[in-house]
Amino acid sequence: MSTKTAGRKIVINPVTRVEGHGKVTILLDEKGNVQQSRFHIIEFRGFERFVQGRFYWEAPTIVQRLCGICPVSHHLCAAKATDMIVGAKTLTPTAEKMRRLMHYGQTLQSHALHFFHLCSPDLLFGFDAPVEQRNVIGVIKADPETAKKAVLLRKYGQEIIKATAGKKVHGTGAIPGGINKNLSKEERDVFLKDIDTILQWSVEALELCKKIVKEKLDFFLKFGAFDSNHLSIVRKDGCLDLYDGLLRAKTADGKIIFDMVKPEDYLDYIAEEVRPWSYMKFPFIRSLGKEKGWYRVGPLARINNCDFIDTPLAEKERQELMSLSGGKPINASMVYHWTRLIEMLHSAEKIKILLNDPDLQGTNLITQGTKQKRGVAWIEAPRGTLFHHYEINDNDQIVLANLIVSTTNNNEPMNQVVNVLAKDYLQGKSEITEGLLNTIEVGIRAYDPCLSCATHALGQMPLQVQIVDHKGELVHELIRG
Amino acid sequence: MSTNVVTFTIDGVEIKSAPDKTIIQAADDAGIYIPRLCYLKDLPPGGHCRVCTVKVNGRPVNSCTYPVAEGIVVENDIEELNSFRRNIIEMLFVEGNHFCPSCEVAGKCELQALAYRLGLLTPQMPYLYAQKELDATHPDVYLDRNRCVLCGRCVRASIHLDKKNVFGFENRGINMKISVNSNDGLQDTNLSKEDKAMSVCPTGCLVVKRQGYLTPVGKRLYDKKPIGSEIETKKVKS
Ligand code: SF4
Ligand code: SF4
Ligand code: FES
Repeated sequence: MSTKTAGRKIVINPVTRVEGHGKVTILLDEKGNVQQSRFHIIEFRGFERFVQGRFYWEAPTIVQRLCGICPVSHHLCAAKATDMIVGAKTLTPTAEKMRRLMHYGQTLQSHALHFFHLCSPDLLFGFDAPVEQRNVIGVIKADPETAKKAVLLRKYGQEIIKATAGKKVHGTGAIPGGINKNLSKEERDVFLKDIDTILQWSVEALELCKKIVKEKLDFFLKFGAFDSNHLSIVRKDGCLDLYDGLLRAKTADGKIIFDMVKPEDYLDYIAEEVRPWSYMKFPFIRSLGKEKGWYRVGPLARINNCDFIDTPLAEKERQELMSLSGGKPINASMVYHWTRLIEMLHSAEKIKILLNDPDLQGTNLITQGTKQKRGVAWIEAPRGTLFHHYEINDNDQIVLANLIVSTTNNNEPMNQVVNVLAKDYLQGKSEITEGLLNTIEVGIRAYDPCLSCATHALGQMPLQVQIVDHKGELVHELIRG
Repeated sequence: MSTNVVTFTIDGVEIKSAPDKTIIQAADDAGIYIPRLCYLKDLPPGGHCRVCTVKVNGRPVNSCTYPVAEGIVVENDIEELNSFRRNIIEMLFVEGNHFCPSCEVAGKCELQALAYRLGLLTPQMPYLYAQKELDATHPDVYLDRNRCVLCGRCVRASIHLDKKNVFGFENRGINMKISVNSNDGLQDTNLSKEDKAMSVCPTGCLVVKRQGYLTPVGKRLYDKKPIGSEIETKKVKS
């Protein structure tokens, strides 16, 4: 490509503390101005082929192996799609609530992991702190109490997953039309004993994040900020709902693009673009086209999109946050962290409500109705809206599968954040420092991308930086790790 | 000495048995587990898999077909034989296409349970990645040859218990496969999901549709106790 030979190319590879493997390329022109920025993601989409020919009831168990980080989201989303296939329009209260409990447990543990292990080192020590300190070990050394709580918060979420899905990772709980177990009183009591502590710690984590962000509010609101549309599901009444709802999209300044879209109609609203340099597709809102139709998903989009939250502590926090922008969507990348912790608190509140609900001890677990050939569902995975679409033949075999995963939905925003930060921070600089490069990583990390191979090594992964001149020759290289 | 009883030993334990039994039957009655795959109590023995191999007076034989006899010395739970059994199980894994983590019979599968019991966690032999057919044409059951271990239980059950003769073997050696008595797959046979043949498959090959994952992890047959413990508990009781 002409742009490649016209200037220098800086490659950051791999991005550390991103769950998986990615590569950043920043192309500078001869004057050192940022020409183009790309976040390359090696994503394995083989699962869509892999499930072809398999039976629809296997989908929830097979596709969750797409990801070792949020398998529950795939498990539940596939199960919801197969609910449609077996004609289960409404699940039994026990099934619906067990699945929700699983999902809130997953959200709690995923958000806790992200905040404490991946993002807090940046926030606590500064973006250009030495890499030996700026990792989870550094957090443990600096604040062992917080680190301990982080581990236990995560463990609590994982135990909830185990109690609902049978295993902490890759369980089988959700099945077409329902769930295969309820929550025994003994299991419930173990969780009830600790839930108030979990709630308290969720509040503390949010307070810590808010304190850091508020100290440098202007900086955080500007860092990696750019306008975008926002996409998420919301409940029928506009309430935040992470497990189920209808699709809503808003513009950067809060105008509704579409609302109350049903899963089975998703293809009328969302399309995917393929770009030659990336394995990952770029989804966009059809009515706005490829150029303008891309959007953010995930905690920030969800908090921006919903009208309210139905748990009191999280709702109070939402109001406080949204008052920063007079109720309009916030378009600042770093606010992802803040919204992520509002959702962590919301999940803890939801878990408490569910644990006190006797429906979880119900024994009516499965519903069925008239069989359908097509099943489409979505769920708000920790990292954003996740779509699963299956079609089956007369023999119950899957003949088509289409998955749009959360990180794919956030593909363009991650490219945007790299571009914005490269323009702001690398412009004209001849020396590339660790801190400078990490700035870009910090921006990407705000989106909590979960890339297909979860081989992050918490600050130990080598980081390779290359500057290639317009003749394709290496002029500067920085390797760390 | 009564002619109705023979006395012999398995791994040094004295066993008394009726003379018309096979070694595996006598061992079962005595609460001694001999690993097996193609043998099933209510079916005539097949003698296909050789997992049940024991040594009788030092010579290897199939315990599912070999009759008991007065004074024989049977060796069963010895490393030499267990390692031989592990090899068989390992070959079955690499010849088929087994993906236990998402398989709907995981936790109640005899092949998987045998692997666990015998200490085979990851096959070392190269996988063959053979192309195998999945027959999904029947409305209520499927036959996924990727997971077939050619034990022939379905063949025998269909003949002897269901009086139907739905299944048979086709080809020989590495190309051997389970076949059905129709050119259009299972849909054209008189197999019904209520047939006894539907409850004998040790793996996830011949399976009733739409029943997967109903039992939660932790409650499945072999989640808590290893395969064979159902036989060994008899010994504890007696
Ligand atoms: S049939 Fe048994 S061994 Fe084969 S994949 Fe299923 S559980 Fe594993
Ligand atoms: S289908 Fe099952 S029972 Fe029949 S031969 Fe294959 S493994 Fe054995
Ligand atoms: S069990 Fe005896 S040969 Fe298979």
